[in-house]
Amino acid sequence: MSESHPVDFNSYLRRCLFVFIAAVCAVSLMIWASYLPQDHFSWPLKVALILIVACCNALVVAGFLMHLISEKKMVYTVLGFTVFFFAGLLALTVWAMHDFPAGTTH
Amino acid sequence: MEIPYAVHPRPDTGIYNAKVGIWLFLASEVMLFGGLFSGYVLLRVGADQWPHGWLNVTLGTANTIILALSAITTLLAWVACKVGQFGKFKFFHACTLLLALSFLCIKGYEYHDKLIHYEIKLTDGRIADGHRIASDADSVTIEGRYVTDESQLYDLRAQKNIPRDEIKIPRSQIKSMENYGPWHNTYLALYFTLTGLHALHILGGSIVIGYLWGPGRRLWKTDPQHFTNRVEVSGLFWHFVDLVWIFLFPVLYLT
Repeated sequence: MSESHPVDFNSYLRRCLFVFIAAVCAVSLMIWASYLPQDHFSWPLKVALILIVACCNALVVAGFLMHLISEKKMVYTVLGFTVFFFAGLLALTVWAMHDFPAGTTH
Repeated sequence: MEIPYAVHPRPDTGIYNAKVGIWLFLASEVMLFGGLFSGYVLLRVGADQWPHGWLNVTLGTANTIILALSAITTLLAWVACKVGQFGKFKFFHACTLLLALSFLCIKGYEYHDKLIHYEIKLTDGRIADGHRIASDADSVTIEGRYVTDESQLYDLRAQKNIPRDEIKIPRSQIKSMENYGPWHNTYLALYFTLTGLHALHILGGSIVIGYLWGPGRRLWKTDPQHFTNRVEVSGLFWHFVDLVWIFLFPVLYLT
């Protein structure tokens, strides 16, 4: 949030209400998706669905509560590097899929 | 000596130094949790079977709502400082602390529930699974059920109306007995590691918020802008902790 922006308490209250309703909807959607019938929806599909909803929920929280929709270039630069290295970390994991530790039964 | 740019933005970055610091710290935290999530993906993909329905979704949902509410009260505490309403700040930060305490209490209950849950392998090949009610030198009593194969314990979501009876097992019939601690299997090791680290973050954040609510609020009288910046920085950390839970909840409780 820019330090020079004026702050209005009531507009923040409305923003918080929106974020809370969005969070409750996201949680409800994730729970609903997790209980979809197994014969029509496989676990990988359900996991993908649930993670998409979780990502949307995270974007709302980061955007509105952490003010990422109106931050300074410096913060975006730090986040850009973070996303790059995080993506690299996950890519290395995917790359190592066929080399996972043996004996991890459950 | 006065620390530079603790209150006003530094000209080249456009933000005060503590905010740059917290974002760099959060970047390192993303990599910490990212490494653990990567470990989770690797171990889960490599597993032949994965447990479903082992955790209480109602309690997990309650904790998700509690953290979402606490993120909101943290933000409103900062807004109250910005508009100069210190009374509201105290109220919202007290709410955050109470919500954090509620989260930790629920998490503690869940841990306790897992630690008194036992899988007991019997000499006749059967497995008794349930919560320990009592134990003495001769026998162990659990509230649970018998199964013939360990695989019957994996997908609890697919099983409707699991019978729960009081079972008294003489110790002479017990081949091995293990509770659902982190040593039980890969899933529980990941569950305790991820949620334990997250709970430590909740505890750390609560200590900082508690300090700002208690002894640290003296700064408000001498330098309100500096104090407001401290509240914002602690709030950013708290929102990050909420963000981590947004992914932990579905990954551990729902999938």
